[in-house]
Amino acid sequence: MKRYIIKRLLMLIPVLLGASILVFSLIHLAPGDPARTIAGEHASAQTIEKVRIKYGLDKPLVTQYWIWLKQALRGDFGRSIVSNEYVSKEILSRFPNTVELTLFSMFIAIVVGVLAGIISASRQYSLLDYGFMGIALFGVSMPVFWLGIMLMMIFGVFLRWLPISGRIDIMIPFTKITGLYLLDSIITGNWEAFISSLRHLILPSLALGTIPMATIARITRSSMLEVLKQDFIRTERAKGLSERTVIYKHAVRNALIPVVTVIGLNFGLLLSGAILTETVFSWPGVGRYVVKAVQMRDYPAVQGCVLFFAFIFVVVNLITDIIYVYIDPRIKYQ
Amino acid sequence: MKSKGILVLLLISVLVLGTTMLALAQEKVLVFGSSGDVSRLDPADATDGESISRMDNIFEGLVEYKAGSTEIQPCLAESWDVSEDGKEIVFHLRKGVKFHDGTDFNADAVVFSFERQYNPEHPYHQYGEWAYWGYMFSDIDGMEKIDDYTVKLILSEPNASIMTSLAMFTVCIVSPANAEKYGEDAFKHPCGTGPFKFVEWVKDDHITLEANENYWRGRPKVDKLIFRVIPDPSARLLSLEVGEIHGMEYPNPADFDRIRANPDLVLMSEPGMNIGFMAMNNGYGYVDANKNGVKDPDEPLEKTPGYFEPLTKKEVRQAINMAIDKEAIVRDIYMGTASVAKNGMPPFMLGYNDEIEDYPYDPTRAKELLAEAGYPDGFEVTLHVMPVSRPYMFDPPKIGEAIQSYLAAVGIKVNFYQVDWATYLQETEAGMHQMCLLGWTGDNGDPDNFLNVLYGLNACSIGTAGNYAFYTNEENQELLTKALRTYDVEKRAEYYKKAQELIHEDAGWVFLAHSNQNMVFRKNVEGFVLHPTSRMFFYPVDIKR
Amino acid sequence: MEQETTTYKESTGRELLRRFKYNKSAVFGLIIILFMVFCAITADFIAPNDPYPSPPLLANKLKPGFWSDKGAPGMPLGSDGLGRCVLSRIIYGARVSLTAGFVAVAIAMFLGITLGVLSGYFGGWIDTIIMRIVDIMFAFPALLLAIVIVAVAGQGLEKAMIAIGIVYSPQMARIIRSSVLYIKEMEYIEVQKAIGSSHWRIIFRHILPNSVAPVIVYGTLMLASAILDCAALGFLGLGAQPPIPEWGAMLADSYSFIVSGAWWAATFPGIAILLSVLGLNLLGDGLRDILDPRLKQ
Repeated sequence: MKRYIIKRLLMLIPVLLGASILVFSLIHLAPGDPARTIAGEHASAQTIEKVRIKYGLDKPLVTQYWIWLKQALRGDFGRSIVSNEYVSKEILSRFPNTVELTLFSMFIAIVVGVLAGIISASRQYSLLDYGFMGIALFGVSMPVFWLGIMLMMIFGVFLRWLPISGRIDIMIPFTKITGLYLLDSIITGNWEAFISSLRHLILPSLALGTIPMATIARITRSSMLEVLKQDFIRTERAKGLSERTVIYKHAVRNALIPVVTVIGLNFGLLLSGAILTETVFSWPGVGRYVVKAVQMRDYPAVQGCVLFFAFIFVVVNLITDIIYVYIDPRIKYQ
Repeated sequence: MKSKGILVLLLISVLVLGTTMLALAQEKVLVFGSSGDVSRLDPADATDGESISRMDNIFEGLVEYKAGSTEIQPCLAESWDVSEDGKEIVFHLRKGVKFHDGTDFNADAVVFSFERQYNPEHPYHQYGEWAYWGYMFSDIDGMEKIDDYTVKLILSEPNASIMTSLAMFTVCIVSPANAEKYGEDAFKHPCGTGPFKFVEWVKDDHITLEANENYWRGRPKVDKLIFRVIPDPSARLLSLEVGEIHGMEYPNPADFDRIRANPDLVLMSEPGMNIGFMAMNNGYGYVDANKNGVKDPDEPLEKTPGYFEPLTKKEVRQAINMAIDKEAIVRDIYMGTASVAKNGMPPFMLGYNDEIEDYPYDPTRAKELLAEAGYPDGFEVTLHVMPVSRPYMFDPPKIGEAIQSYLAAVGIKVNFYQVDWATYLQETEAGMHQMCLLGWTGDNGDPDNFLNVLYGLNACSIGTAGNYAFYTNEENQELLTKALRTYDVEKRAEYYKKAQELIHEDAGWVFLAHSNQNMVFRKNVEGFVLHPTSRMFFYPVDIKR
Repeated sequence: MEQETTTYKESTGRELLRRFKYNKSAVFGLIIILFMVFCAITADFIAPNDPYPSPPLLANKLKPGFWSDKGAPGMPLGSDGLGRCVLSRIIYGARVSLTAGFVAVAIAMFLGITLGVLSGYFGGWIDTIIMRIVDIMFAFPALLLAIVIVAVAGQGLEKAMIAIGIVYSPQMARIIRSSVLYIKEMEYIEVQKAIGSSHWRIIFRHILPNSVAPVIVYGTLMLASAILDCAALGFLGLGAQPPIPEWGAMLADSYSFIVSGAWWAATFPGIAILLSVLGLNLLGDGLRDILDPRLKQ
């Protein structure tokens, strides 16, 4: 097991290196002059030339890559063209927002998805079962951005129940510690802030969490059904235990193994979804930042963000694989 | 079971909204909803409206605009004298003013704020791009200290628009001590003499300013001024309706009826100092070999990369002007938040020619003109469509689509072309477009800042053009240059009126609209005055309970 | 092993059709997709209005549909910000979105099958190199990589299709590779090798035909994601350019009108996306059950 993990970790190095080359060359193949972007709308030709030299944009590509890579290894992705701030700082200041959004979405997805799956399975072919599975079917085919807009429209605009943008009501005094608003407000015992940030979190997390929610519900249901067919459950029933005990005490525990792996797989997908959700809800996370950077041709920022995403993505996938191997004894690792 | 818990939480939180509103602190906090985050907070180094609107409340210049106009009045300079040849201006500075960091405002600070921009040897020159300097202030040869409270500005040539330019954010005075303290990061720690002090900047979320207790005009009425970033106009409006914010910029014109129907909100709307147009490439520009921004005799006209035969013909350009129903575009796409444009600058400016009669919407006549020009069956042309919304054109793709449909009706097939904004500017300035949508927001309220930079021959340099139609009329340029070099207001107006006649007749542009600038405030917010340059000064603003 | 090959042969005919008919969700999915395809093909005849009226009918903008008596006549689903019929644009949009998804998947298949077959059949260093490249591409969330490619190549529907095709190809390559590895081990392939058939003959006559099942199944599911991602790019303003009635772009075009009450222009294109993705997912899942029980999870 340990050797497997070490091997997988070592394999990350060439993958990330390759990813960096891919990103770098893609960005630098782009038409459009970054020097002009930096210099701004009204810049003169001299200013543009000055900028080109200052940012090393006049050097050959390979040299530029080499310089960039050396810095990137030290966690320095250069400075953003738009803000002149270190890209690493830009990313890290936004990352907690993305983390909180994805974790909370996953939380909703797991709670609702698993419950719906269990209920469906325990009442197979009931109206409830059909209802849940019908919704789940739509859920997996949902365009995230459209769902976000619909949620905004219904709960934000028509019903006015929930805010549709921002992290917290700006009037509420709030101390940042980790950057995860829910956690910080719990630590500082600031319930007003907790409620406010929770209210701001609900719509975006629902939009982002729907696809994993639907997937989890479907997997839970089918896995539950399989477990319920197995001998030991029949024995339990025969022993005269109540249906509730059978299902919640015995079946669920066994049925959740495949669900865990699905959860892991969906974490990766959430990162893609976060790009769209954050754009729709103006959520100040890394996903919206990367879209903005692409639109502004903020080369260092795009490079930094994409590589950062790749890093998170492979690490999450790795963790999923390891957990998968760990909890499911049927899978052999090489 | 847990899902029930969530539901309960949800209900509780809905109730809590009411109580949080009550919890509004005793201090007066004004939250303003803006459409984007700032890029950098150094007045000389920012070009975006968002950064400028924050800094207008932190920094001040030697002179400033009067509220709601582009006339100037003293600010950090109490008075000034212009030399007879018009090439030297001596400023007498206000005494007893302090920067937010407690250091004194004096001649050294003024010289520092100017010199770092134009002198490459200056130790702080490396920390910025100083984009506006070369473009607006290149006639300035230097700024010199005479004594602690007197400075002298030296010009290379008389410039009739320089005083209004000095009220621009670019030449606001920054604290040299602060610049020294933060070095290359000074743009994150702005420090000026203005009514508000900088507190914090949370990326993509908000910027907080607080009242400057020692402001030389007296403390501002609100204690805190917060700019919150809410990019989506609908989301901004909803936040305003529930009172999370007190004011907002760029409301969506489609929402105006909703705003007017709400007794808690006040919609402020005034003609903006801008022009939105479609430029048609006339075909020829020049290469500015010596980079002096002027077409010299040894720099001949050559074809632009976007040269397109039909558009070089005046009849075709006039036909296109007649094929587009501007009234409908202003009514239904601008949704009435603009006025139809017939000239290349807004009507309230010096020298505006109101006698010009606009091209009528007349597709039949347009077809005849096309036939006369030799294109009875029309042609196929490419239109560069801006990828971003600007104050002069808030929804370029829709306008592009409308133009596409209008021109199709007279037989001209329009292909859409969209790229990112930086490339867009690069391509249009290099004359690679056949037709393009663009526009201009005035910087200083001087007509030179419209007519010369947008329609002059000197602005036809391939690669850095501001004259996107590449309209190379020499007579026109002569008029514009004469107007800039004289301080006589009536003569200037005369020159500008004549220039507009030429521009109209040759029809290089379809002038679409002058957009209004719009802001919405809650009813209890008082004292805000819209400024033609869209700058935002919160000093006089108060919140009534 | 012998057993396996014969199931494939047998299941090509009537048996497959029978299994299909009993798979309700597959039939339902197919009906939705056929309906969409029908709209796409006959758009010129069934759309009630011109999707690009010229000159534009701007005065008709943002009129509601059949549910209101203030609606524009002849526009059952209302009109958009430029006074165009939403229903007609959705119908023409079916043509755009389905074609875009199809082309993207075709590109992904071409690249994926080529790489997958090379990798799986020849093995060795070819396999190593291709699989490392695939690993690298897998290091990015698909949508993010597509965004960057489109940003580099310039926005537009064609570029969005190509970007999505490229981004999906590693997934296809892996599926094909494992399928090829499986088939390669079969006895009759060994026999072919023994009698000296050329590599190309084996690949085209035996390996590829036997990989048809996973290609169809995953191709269908991939088509669903391709339509979704194409719409996402359109929504971000990186995909189809106006006035092309692409569903994602239509949505992006009109969601700013929701607050002013004009919800229809943004709602219906989303439903169209949802339905076609749903149809393809149902069909794909159904085909997986029918064609290849081995692929069942």
